[in-house]
Amino acid sequence: MTLSISQSFVDAIVAQSRAEYPDEACGVILGPVGKDSAARLKAMINSAHSPTFYEFDPKDLLALYREIDDADEEIVVIYHSHTETEAYPSRTDVAYAGEPGAHYVLVSTRKEIAPEIEFRSFRIIDGVITEEAVEITQN
Amino acid sequence: MPLLGDNKHMSIEVRIPTILRPYTKDAKVVAAQGGDLAGVIADLDQNYPGLGERLLDNGALRKFINVYINDEDVRFIGGLTAPVKAGDSVTILPAVAGGQ
Repeated sequence: MTLSISQSFVDAIVAQSRAEYPDEACGVILGPVGKDSAARLKAMINSAHSPTFYEFDPKDLLALYREIDDADEEIVVIYHSHTETEAYPSRTDVAYAGEPGAHYVLVSTRKEIAPEIEFRSFRIIDGVITEEAVEITQN
Repeated sequence: MPLLGDNKHMSIEVRIPTILRPYTKDAKVVAAQGGDLAGVIADLDQNYPGLGERLLDNGALRKFINVYINDEDVRFIGGLTAPVKAGDSVTILPAVAGGQ
């Protein structure tokens, strides 16, 4: 399994993660139903405003689903940043992974690796984490 | 569009998220009956065994699940006691959250 994602989306996610530090940043990338194609990035508000937790506000979540239903889109990527730990799904991330079809992208902004940034992608299905390759495209 | 069912009172529409569709034979939308959310969940569990367990933990709504009646988050309108009536739409969405 691979996540195919454009450089511009990677840059946007990294920029958002840096901008929202020290809080966790989060968002989604949407695409046409059934195509597994990361087409449209939508940053979301971390309603927890926390360096150790993120959450989409339930109202924002409902609005997002209404929007994608209307547009025949699905959630392709759910991304968030870890501010002080590695870009690997935590137990909390796994407990909350409720979209079996999504690619879960983790970004780490921890100081030990600055100015580098970790950008990794995972599938989380039935509680099992599987890391996947990230193929960055130039369009 | 009228919802079909054996019971003419089954007129509450329940939207099922992807992760719970294995319980509903892949149906995205199912019909249910009940006067409040607890009743609707009990009815869903009758027709789709095991679904209740995914929504409730020790009789309370699981925190990883958001439930809306029409556009209202049930947490603000009584939770499991939130009233539901014919023509209402119940939407179930897994919370999107996490942490380090």
